Amino acid sequence: MTPSSPGRTPSSAGTGGDGTAGTDGRGTAGARGPGPPPRPKFAAAARAALTDTRQRRNLRGATAVARGRAAAATAEPADWEALREAGRAIRDETLLGLDTHLEGLERAVTAAGGTVHWAPDAAEARRIVTALVRATGAAEVLKAGSLAVREIGAGDALARAGITLRETALADLVVQLGEDEPSHLLSPAAHRDRAEIRELFLRKMPGAPPDLPDDPEALAAAARAHLRGRFLSARVAITGANFLVAETGTVVVLESEGNGRMCLTLPDTLITVAGIEKVVPTWADLEVFLQLLPRSSSGDRMTPYVSSWTGVTPGDGPAEFHLVLLDNGRTQALADEIGRAALRCVRCSACLNVCPVYERTGGRAYGPVYPGPIGAILTPQMRGVESAADASLPYASTLCGACADVCPVKIDIPGVLVHLRGKVVESRRRRPVPTPELLMMRGLAWTMGDPRRYETALRRGTRWVRLMSRGGRIRRLPGLLGTWTEARDLPLPPSESFRGWWRRRNA
Amino acid sequence: MSAPGEAAAGPREEILRRVREAVGGPRAARPPVPRDYARRLTGSEAETRADVLALFTERVADQRAAVRHVSADELATAVAAALWGREAKQIVVPADLPFGWLAELDGVRALADTPAVDMGTLAAVDGAVTGCAVAVAQTGTVVLDGGRAQGRRALTLVPGYHLCVVQADQIVGTVPEAVGRLDPSRPLTWISGPSATHDIEMTRVEGVHGPCHLEVLVVED
Ligand code: SF4
Repeated sequence: MTPSSPGRTPSSAGTGGDGTAGTDGRGTAGARGPGPPPRPKFAAAARAALTDTRQRRNLRGATAVARGRAAAATAEPADWEALREAGRAIRDETLLGLDTHLEGLERAVTAAGGTVHWAPDAAEARRIVTALVRATGAAEVLKAGSLAVREIGAGDALARAGITLRETALADLVVQLGEDEPSHLLSPAAHRDRAEIRELFLRKMPGAPPDLPDDPEALAAAARAHLRGRFLSARVAITGANFLVAETGTVVVLESEGNGRMCLTLPDTLITVAGIEKVVPTWADLEVFLQLLPRSSSGDRMTPYVSSWTGVTPGDGPAEFHLVLLDNGRTQALADEIGRAALRCVRCSACLNVCPVYERTGGRAYGPVYPGPIGAILTPQMRGVESAADASLPYASTLCGACADVCPVKIDIPGVLVHLRGKVVESRRRRPVPTPELLMMRGLAWTMGDPRRYETALRRGTRWVRLMSRGGRIRRLPGLLGTWTEARDLPLPPSESFRGWWRRRNA
Repeated sequence: MSAPGEAAAGPREEILRRVREAVGGPRAARPPVPRDYARRLTGSEAETRADVLALFTERVADQRAAVRHVSADELATAVAAALWGREAKQIVVPADLPFGWLAELDGVRALADTPAVDMGTLAAVDGAVTGCAVAVAQTGTVVLDGGRAQGRRALTLVPGYHLCVVQADQIVGTVPEAVGRLDPSRPLTWISGPSATHDIEMTRVEGVHGPCHLEVLVVED
């Protein structure tokens, strides 16, 4: 199989065109049709996800465990709040001086023997990565957990160039074999249970023993055996980065399985793809993030493996190191004074695990790459709110605020969501035909402006709405009001209003 | 068409221009980053040196790695005993591992690492013995920097078992202390317990791609 699958949504660049084959003129122009159908709005995707009870059960279990682990780990240090405050301030500092830090980073990486590449959009990043891999002549590339690599759609681009991108993290492998979308930042296969994984391995993994049991130990061992030989003979690997230290040119990766270490140590050529916001100014800043990130994400005091490297080291690790710095809409988010807070994110996934909406819908409803509350604020900023799908994301929340309470870099996610909703409304306001919400709000303002009008409307409305119910719940409101019920059921309104009851009681 | 290196000038300026435009013109001085977090251990955890060592031991054990305290005289015997316990026949060690550490190895062959040792050989041996650069009590972590007695990174990655010798004076209390002691220009590996995953139904499984077993010997004088 190839890593590209027909059902997969190609990620698209925030700026410029995308979805076309490589522009490097080697005759690989893909026979892609007019493009994929538009991604569904969050509510539609969520409705589909909500009917998948197996996924819901799996996710509920996974998020509950992750939530508990992180809660215990973050309660332990007495100085946790001070660390969060420092983390927030360092990330803000980084973003406001990002140009200087990026230049410093480039200087330091280059001085240490690495090469820095700049990719304004996904298409350019794909071109750079494909050209780098081609230059090595390798037919296979190993990949260790990188959201940025997925974001740019490197898998499809490499496949078109005849190169196989092979996932190495257990969960990513499960997602790749199952040809579906990751559902969680940290555990991309959180929606799959052991029986499903066993079945996938048997069907798709060459050499899986036919009597493979479905206990997690045996499944992990099967994955280990499957990838071992590949690691030992690997020539090229692609990784992401958790942090890029501007001052020293050091790249930092946190992981727990060891596949990251394999990828960044054993091949001859290492390509790291990272968003430009991954920078931290100084080496000393890591003392904060190496505490915040492990505890908030996996709930470990320290992630099992933290690797860092600066350029190349003769006799130890790859002889060639390339760092691809990716913009792809990040500067667009940076330009929004409120929204830019989303770029502080260190991808710990704590906000996913506490989110009641995410727990029920799963990550895939959020569209490409970034799921959960952080996806709901990051994706529309990086891609703009022109498409209905991206414009729907700021509404994928109940604004309960749980995410902001756990975020280790104190991103006010609900605040940004509200701000983005405002932007969506603003962008719709400019359209010649007023939106249903606008008309409805105007109507409401008129009705509620007068007590008599209000009461009459209430009585009539109640009677109408009760007529629409089925089994004591309302599943779909008619016409323009339908948007509200796309992903919600409404309880029935009581037959009598409070005002009515009060009047009767005092009569 | 173009080598990635050649194309770099245009896109670089483009990204930097967008950043400058996004962040805006002259930037006001910003308040310094508040760093009110603890740099050292506080309270009962750190009253004596012994408390710090005890914390390290407890935290390493929490991650399901084996950990033992030995005196300098006992080290060679303890190393040998650990390897015998695993029925190791052949191990690999950094070329500059102190000779004394392996003095009691009986029936276990130690291969000194050289550039000629290939990955197949590393995958076939029964384990690796190394020292470390720094260890962190608070998190139960050993950090290797490729310096003395540590070797290249593949040594502690490919074999299935890693025995790490920690000198008591290498143990610091906190992450900030460790970061302060380390040299970022070296390739660093922070190891906290064996390779692990929670990816199947959030059940912890040890030993995915990295070593399945980590054992730590703390040398006290
Ligand atoms: S927004 Fe905050 S909580 Fe969510 S993934 Fe990012 S850093 Fe973690």
